[in-house]
Amino acid sequence: MPRLNMVEAINLALREEMERDDRIVVLGEDVGREGGVFRVTDGLQARFGDDRVVDTPLAEAGIVGTAMGMALYGLRPIAEIQFDGFLYPCLDQITNHIGRMRNRSRGRFTCPLVIRVPYGGGIHAPEHHSESPEAILAHTPGIKVVIPSTPYEAKGLLLSSIRSPDPVIFLEPKRIYRAIREEVPEGDYTIPLGKARMVQKGKDVTVIAWGAMVREVLNAAEELKGDKINLEIIDPRTISPMDVDSIIHSVRKTGRVVIVHEAPKTCGLGAEIIALINEKAFLSLQSPIERVTGFDIPVPLLKSEHYYLPNPKRIVMAVKKVMSF
Amino acid sequence: MSLFDDYHPLKGKMFQILKPDGTLHLDMKPPVSDQEIFNLYQKMVFIRLADQKALMLQRQGRMGTYAPVWGQEACQVGSASVLRKGDWVFPAFRELGASLMMGVPLKTIYLYWMGNEEGSRAPDGINMMPVSIPVGTHPLHAVGTAWAAKIKGDKIVTVSYFGDGATSKGDFHEAMNLAGVFKVPTIFFCQNNQFAISVPRKIQTASETIAQKAVAYGVDGIQVDGNDLFAVYAATKEAVDKARSGGGATLIEGVTYRFGPHTTADDPTKYRREEEIEPWKALDPLVRLRLYLKGRGLWNDEVEKQVTEKAQNEIDQAVKEAEAVSTPDVEDIFKYVYAEMTPQLQEQMEYLKGTL
Repeated sequence: MPRLNMVEAINLALREEMERDDRIVVLGEDVGREGGVFRVTDGLQARFGDDRVVDTPLAEAGIVGTAMGMALYGLRPIAEIQFDGFLYPCLDQITNHIGRMRNRSRGRFTCPLVIRVPYGGGIHAPEHHSESPEAILAHTPGIKVVIPSTPYEAKGLLLSSIRSPDPVIFLEPKRIYRAIREEVPEGDYTIPLGKARMVQKGKDVTVIAWGAMVREVLNAAEELKGDKINLEIIDPRTISPMDVDSIIHSVRKTGRVVIVHEAPKTCGLGAEIIALINEKAFLSLQSPIERVTGFDIPVPLLKSEHYYLPNPKRIVMAVKKVMSF
Repeated sequence: MSLFDDYHPLKGKMFQILKPDGTLHLDMKPPVSDQEIFNLYQKMVFIRLADQKALMLQRQGRMGTYAPVWGQEACQVGSASVLRKGDWVFPAFRELGASLMMGVPLKTIYLYWMGNEEGSRAPDGINMMPVSIPVGTHPLHAVGTAWAAKIKGDKIVTVSYFGDGATSKGDFHEAMNLAGVFKVPTIFFCQNNQFAISVPRKIQTASETIAQKAVAYGVDGIQVDGNDLFAVYAATKEAVDKARSGGGATLIEGVTYRFGPHTTADDPTKYRREEEIEPWKALDPLVRLRLYLKGRGLWNDEVEKQVTEKAQNEIDQAVKEAEAVSTPDVEDIFKYVYAEMTPQLQEQMEYLKGTL
């Protein structure tokens, strides 16, 4: 079985699904001849032609808005927005149109499409290249939001996203695009949307994290072994809709929770998860829930980026805090 | 007849004064004196060397991702040099040249690309906005600022710089439209360098030229040879004078070429063959200006050596000063977000300090 990184795994998923489903059209800036700035779509234009792998003019709202129109007419567009910070012009299309069409037309018109976006910090990128906008998207009705955390996961989740009857925003943690290599099967397999992954079973503290933060939590878990603290790590995989049952099941067992995300703290998904736990498992809690997050500031430039990003040290501190309550 | 009538975009003519061989078009003359031309040439040499230095620093791991200006020096020097103190410039992210012309120190520019936010702060009195990375979004700001000046009765102009890719963005069209409707004193300077990362100009728009987009919005437009310092200068001067005297906005398309990669993170060999670059090398803005100056007896190898050495010394000094700046303090990432730090940020900052 080939050992792939996340870029290669997503490329493989796209290639295989495009072979199977000729309704798929990939469109975006530099996705064709160049194969994407991260090479995620490398070789696809050569294989499938420039009708199906389209270099568009530089117009993010245009890419996403026309993708919706294509989806209405029965194609399965997969749009790439080159970087997280360039997704914001698309919010009008996503919020006002894509997320609403099924509901507004009472199911008569639907727009199943995928918007792929490399997201998050940690690669010393320029401004507007390190954003984590998942909470804004999760707050938007009618779309699903998916974030893989390993190459294997990325392929299976992307295939489910492409086949989903609902529009999906697929956020790819660019920091770990090439950082993890693992066995990724060739051929068809899917990972269902809306189901969390048990990354690691443990008895002491439930840690919830997604995307590039899962790796940080795993590193923290290694450090905490010396303190005989066992983490149960849950990766929701689908940020919206959240797999509440898996989280509650774990919280009932451990009674202690730490949530880790790179996005700013205020109104981040951590707040939503805390609210869900309060609603469904309040009496199981043995300590207040801790959050390890980015700050309520623009992501700093590279010289100061290390201040911003959650790291194993901050996660270890939070875990010890909930353990010593 | 104004320049903008002579070169109306629908006539399909590109404005050029200085030919690639260093001679002037018939009946045309440079817009400034020989002495001033030599000064501007020195600036262009400085910009090219400062740009090359940045590329080198990036390769050595001493600078982050950098977007080189290589090849676009005439566009930036020719246009920014007609501005006055008090005018405002709204750059994209490839405007090392325009920034220097506006008086931003090279040390400051380097600091930005080295990843220090202090590099986004122009010195007091210089109205140079920080780099704008989201493509095509900032011409709107230039329109708004020019509009405000018009409302207040101030005789300033604003200039936004952007590339061919930006003209595909909705915000660009809204900016052009607003500028036309409210007749604001702004210049849209499009450096058409033929590429938006890998996407060539012909895929960017089905319009024959970018300049002709001005017609739809009821503003003047002109296509100039962006590698001809004289044409860029003369066209911008006319646009700026017109704006200052209440004549409204102008779209200038400077036809140029991006010799380097999009940024240091880009590999142009994926989408551009070396043979495609070759014909543009003969159109290099420095080469033709050098030929002109040589013809006027103002340039020889010795002069070049002096100009280069002087520039190199200043550049080395700027690198030294930029690298001597220490890593920003924790406070720096919190204290400029609001006029007064919010209780939330105060708490987050104290927490962060306790984790370091």
